[in-house]
Amino acid sequence: MKADEPGAENTDARVPPAPEPAPGSRSGTPTVIVDDLHIIYRVYGAATDAEKGNAANALMRLLKRQGRPQMKEVHAVRGVSFVARHGDAIGIIGRNGSGKSTLLRAIAGLLPPHSGAVYTDGQPSLLGVNAAMMRELTGERNIVLGCYAMGMNPVQVREKYQEIVDFSGIGEFVQFPMSTYSSGMGARLRFAIASAKAHDVLLIDEALATGDRDFKRKSQERIKQMREEAGTVFLVAHNLDVIEETCNRVIWLHKGKIKMDGDPQKVLTAYNNA
Amino acid sequence: MSQPESAVADAQAGGPNDGTPATRQEPLAKLAERYGLRRAIARPRLPVYLRQLWERRHFVTTYATSRNVSKYSTSALGQLWQVLTPLLNAGIYWVMFGLILGASKNIPNYPAFLITGMFVFTYTQRSVTGGAKSISGNLSLIRALHFPRAALPLAYTIQEFQQLLISMGVLLALVLITGEPITWFWLLIPVALLLQTMFNIGASLVLARVGAASRDLNQLLPFITRTWLYASGVFFSIQDKVVSPARGAGLPQWVADVMYLNPAAAYIELMRDLLIPGGTRLAPGGISPTWIWSVCVFWALFALIGGFWYFWRAEEKYGRG
Repeated sequence: MKADEPGAENTDARVPPAPEPAPGSRSGTPTVIVDDLHIIYRVYGAATDAEKGNAANALMRLLKRQGRPQMKEVHAVRGVSFVARHGDAIGIIGRNGSGKSTLLRAIAGLLPPHSGAVYTDGQPSLLGVNAAMMRELTGERNIVLGCYAMGMNPVQVREKYQEIVDFSGIGEFVQFPMSTYSSGMGARLRFAIASAKAHDVLLIDEALATGDRDFKRKSQERIKQMREEAGTVFLVAHNLDVIEETCNRVIWLHKGKIKMDGDPQKVLTAYNNA
Repeated sequence: MSQPESAVADAQAGGPNDGTPATRQEPLAKLAERYGLRRAIARPRLPVYLRQLWERRHFVTTYATSRNVSKYSTSALGQLWQVLTPLLNAGIYWVMFGLILGASKNIPNYPAFLITGMFVFTYTQRSVTGGAKSISGNLSLIRALHFPRAALPLAYTIQEFQQLLISMGVLLALVLITGEPITWFWLLIPVALLLQTMFNIGASLVLARVGAASRDLNQLLPFITRTWLYASGVFFSIQDKVVSPARGAGLPQWVADVMYLNPAAAYIELMRDLLIPGGTRLAPGGISPTWIWSVCVFWALFALIGGFWYFWRAEEKYGRG
């Protein structure tokens, strides 16, 4: 691990590790720049005990012109800035609710920033193809639907179909509805579909948490390969082993702010001691 | 450590790697500009947007088909329900209005008249209702993947269009069974459906944006569509009820003309004109087919163009709330 991670030599955790030596000339150039990003999103249906949702209260609120207390604003990301480069695999860690997933969605351009900006080279894609899938449908139909959702054309779908089935290792289950899959099988199929396309910037949210040992190894190889092919990979996971094995840089988010940013071992050690 | 420091550290680190040293204070926006990076959220111009949408046409149709398939996937009869549902609907209306109530004696072939109106109206109603939910009900999809958001209301309308094609088969069979002849006018049926589909797409785009911003719309919509149903002359002939001195209110013709400005009424009247010749031309004078065609074409173009423009204007905001 250490041998191919020049970043590990950095002693100061504040300084992000230098990117790996370039196989191609593009390596090392910025791919994602996050500039003082703030994300605020609205949540509906949240209510405290005092605001029990019944019709009379709703009417009183309306009469008093109090607006909608069920609507809460969540300030999920509070001023995050960093630069990611070609060839980087960046792990994002932090406790539940620290804004990891929100940050990924903002980088993908799926959540509009409240202030600040995200600049990207090409189109970052979130490995979130599962949102397009329908559990009642067969794996086969979901592969086709997922590929189209990622923007493939029919020729590419036909080319990739068998590769996806083979990589996921679900075998004849591809003819069964996804609702009959075990959680591991579902996760494997989702990862296989999402990684079938070459991405400039790939954002992975907890995708590797499930699946057996064998599949974990396969998917880590796939991520490494994608990293080499061109892009930058962002990885959110609670499983710190995965981060340590896959990433060359780790960002520690705490309550929507960057608490630490740098070499995996330094940051992970600090995170474990916190 | 605090984040501004890390930002500066990053900006500095950008220097040595490409041989053009960045100044210590180089703002990140400048750095982004230097490397030609673009903002992640930016609304494309309308022609670009339409081209992106065209590139996603396979997703739109596959999504629509998948929704239709998954809708019936748990039932034993499966896809057969796509035919059975309109058949059963038609059967109920037939028994209720055709046999039990004896219906309107003024309208020959009332069952065909009624079922045509019902199927045409249902198509618009379901497209609009689906469109209103297409953004607010697919937030997870919107927050996970990149695609022109208009693909969603479009897919919901296409889903209803696929269902309509099957309903039209049932309708044509029923019209023939009730003794109407096949005429050359049937060749115009695809044109009528095209116009109605254009209107439905536009209307569902408008409601998708409204529904994305205000969640109360979905509660209100059933009442709006039911009022619309009664105002669109599904159960009666507007021309007859308004103008005829004997059976209706005996009002001047322009009142009926104005009532046919209602797009649903116009599309229903158009389809009836094609399927049941003579069935709707009882009242003296009658509604002019030119007027109906004009209204239908106007709404198709106005809704489609206006709908796309209105929806596109808020493209970057979908998925936030």
